[in-house]
Amino acid sequence: MSTFLTEEPTQVTEAAVSTRLSSLDTLESEAIHIIREVVAEFEKPALLFSGGKDSVVMLHLATKAFWPGKVPFPVLHVDTGHNFPEVIDFRDRTVERLGLKLVVGSVQEFIDRGELAERADGTRNPLQTVPLLDAIQSNKFDAVFGGGRRDEDKARAKERILSLRDEFGQWDPRNQRPELWNLYNGRHTVGQHVRAFPISNWTELDVWRYIERENIELPGLYYAHDREVFARDGMWRAVGEVSQPRPDEEVITKTVRYRTVGDMSCTGAVESAAATVRDVVIEVAASTITERGATRADDRISEAAMEDRKKDGYF
Amino acid sequence: MSTEIDTARAAALLDEAPLAHASLFRFATAGSVDDGKSTLVGRLLHDSKAILADQLDAVARTSADRGFGGPGAAGVQAIDLALLTDGLRAEREQGITIDVAYRYFATDRRSFILADCPGHVQYTKNTVTGASTADAVVVLIDARKGVLEQTRRHLSVLQLLRVAHVIVAVNKIDLVDFSESVFRGIEADVQKVGRELGLGSDGITDLLVVPVSALDGDNVVERSERTPWYTGPALLEVLETLPAADELESHLESFRFPVQLVVRPQGALAPDAVAGGLDVEKYRDYRAYAGQITEGSVKVGDKVSVLTPGQAPRTTTVTGIDFAGAELTEAVAPQSVALRLADEFDVARGDTIAAAGTVREASADLYAALCWLSPKPLREGAKVLVKHGTRTVQALVRSVSGKLDLATFKLEGASSLELNDIGHAQLRLAAPLPLENYLHHRRTGAFLVIDPLDGNTLAAGLVNDHPGDHEDERYSI
Ligand SMILES: Nc1nc2c(ncn2[C@@H]2O[C@H](COP(=O)(O)OP(=O)(O)OP(=O)(O)O)[C@@H](O)[C@H]2O)c(=O)[nH]1
Ligand SMILES: [Mg+2]
Repeated sequence: MSTFLTEEPTQVTEAAVSTRLSSLDTLESEAIHIIREVVAEFEKPALLFSGGKDSVVMLHLATKAFWPGKVPFPVLHVDTGHNFPEVIDFRDRTVERLGLKLVVGSVQEFIDRGELAERADGTRNPLQTVPLLDAIQSNKFDAVFGGGRRDEDKARAKERILSLRDEFGQWDPRNQRPELWNLYNGRHTVGQHVRAFPISNWTELDVWRYIERENIELPGLYYAHDREVFARDGMWRAVGEVSQPRPDEEVITKTVRYRTVGDMSCTGAVESAAATVRDVVIEVAASTITERGATRADDRISEAAMEDRKKDGYF
Repeated sequence: MSTEIDTARAAALLDEAPLAHASLFRFATAGSVDDGKSTLVGRLLHDSKAILADQLDAVARTSADRGFGGPGAAGVQAIDLALLTDGLRAEREQGITIDVAYRYFATDRRSFILADCPGHVQYTKNTVTGASTADAVVVLIDARKGVLEQTRRHLSVLQLLRVAHVIVAVNKIDLVDFSESVFRGIEADVQKVGRELGLGSDGITDLLVVPVSALDGDNVVERSERTPWYTGPALLEVLETLPAADELESHLESFRFPVQLVVRPQGALAPDAVAGGLDVEKYRDYRAYAGQITEGSVKVGDKVSVLTPGQAPRTTTVTGIDFAGAELTEAVAPQSVALRLADEFDVARGDTIAAAGTVREASADLYAALCWLSPKPLREGAKVLVKHGTRTVQALVRSVSGKLDLATFKLEGASSLELNDIGHAQLRLAAPLPLENYLHHRRTGAFLVIDPLDGNTLAAGLVNDHPGDHEDERYSI
């Protein structure tokens, strides 16, 4: 008895070739496949949602994956307390619009309880790891979606799409599981969890082209606006409650936008006149410097800053 | 502090190129340790202008700290291009690649996903990871050393995985004075290995040999004047023009769709869709099967078979193809969609929907080639897990029937498989699976072997036909 599916190979035809998906459609399909795999195989997934463009794209992909049903998992925000108010507002509106549950892990609460200490440089991005792991443990999340992309950083470039984390949330870059074809192995033991990165293979330009194509709303600070800023570490820092100029730092008004949105105390703005999504697509395509290089003080600390943070359980 | 604008680059990426419709091409590197894989990748990225200024600055600083290039080296000669992908601390300290680095770049002809893989034998599992999704693999050989055991191992893996295009780059040609005779000698060795393995002569794969200097850039992006005896294309030209694996496979018309999950909101409709005017009545009893088409295409009205392990296949008709509110009339691999069917069958994750008339019965007997990736050896009688499509089942290893000898490429007798062995085995599955020969089905012919104790991936599995199984013996269900 024959026991296999079988088929009759025929010759390649021109018509068949022309039906290939565009690169953006291929990336979208890959991401949706991964999101559905994780939802099917894990007990309790959650999606890291900061209101930043990558997490907004992730959430958009999730709505497409489960349409017309609701997105079947909560979103998790690790709040540094150093937020841009318009991003928090955007976060709350999005959660409301999609009928999602929002879990917040608060860096401020950990500092208030004396479980975390403020850093000398005032930056809170690296402090997110402890509240993140606490939220994962106390909510019993076994899979956490992130919007991390491999083109962001040389350590991220090395990470699997499904990345196993131990009891301490640590990533072991020297001992990753093989990841073969599109068969994702998410098996883990008690205490371990998995970080899932469905848009690993997207570039910054892909993200922006997708935002344009899908007409996705973002917090306004991604587009050019006038803002009071001062120069520090070769970046334009916004004047805000947690981001005050020193006496020698002159405050001026500039037309700027943000390429990434993070802790207000370490995220810089870039001078830009890109006021629409089309302008931004053109600007990103033409940019001669990377988004993290342009805007993140925390990644300039050392040559392996991201790797070190990830080993400790960071996103 | 302002985003510097390179308008020529923007035009190249957005306007002149039809990038919005360009397809993706995935390629990986392979070859023995230190043969120059990461340097080649760095050179390719650098010369195709895919490195942004701050990345190049950072790498130049690290290179200078480490005294790369020696005194007097200037410009790109003073930059250790391998640092563009060797991003881990341990990799930079040891000067080797440990795990795959993924990089992205585009030319005006194509968008690339590039996987720079390690050469060290200890990290073969990572090289298999990088190669498993590749349309093409560039295998490097050091011109001074020729074909090494690790070259033979990697070429065997690529043959096993049926990577569509294997390009052998004979590297460091600068160190052998751009000698044609050295190149021709290695080329002949490579062709011999190819013949012995069936690589490039099996109608599925092809094999090309190019002389390069990754360090100096000869024949990487542009053809070099220093190798006048080489008349073929530069490496990038090859990569820009090869057909991607799914273009080659598009002749496989048989539709295959492993069901990932059932979309059944039962009233819990997405509030944003409802606010956007979704017809709530119409979707009250909505039920569709979500998944990614692994091969072929499907149209509304097509007859399909639902394959559920342990049950006879059931035939029905596709009544709808949904994608996030759009009702499609047709979908092709690798699209992720949701299918509606005419009959109210019980369909669940792990079932496969396939074009009717193209299927045979599922089987609990699995004959397979295995690429063993774990330090824990495979022994006869072991219990493992097999992950195939969207289903994971228990399996018993009945027998190991041989492993590949890298010196002769012949199958020798074996009763166990060790780390990095390629061998054949027979497994008995706890439930029958719709297995297909990997030769013709890259997706439904592939599976993982997983350790039930710690969940680690032990092997890459490729389904073989049963002994005595005849290609032309077809069941139309
Ligand atoms: N002269 C010369 N040296 C080269 C060339 N390509 C690479 N090298 C040198 O060879 C050494 C190894 O290069 P890598 O690119 O790190 O080799 P690799 O194949 O990536 O090594 P693993 O990833 O660890 O297997 C480095 O010192 C390079 O500078 C070449 O074309 N000519
Ligand atoms: Mg390398």
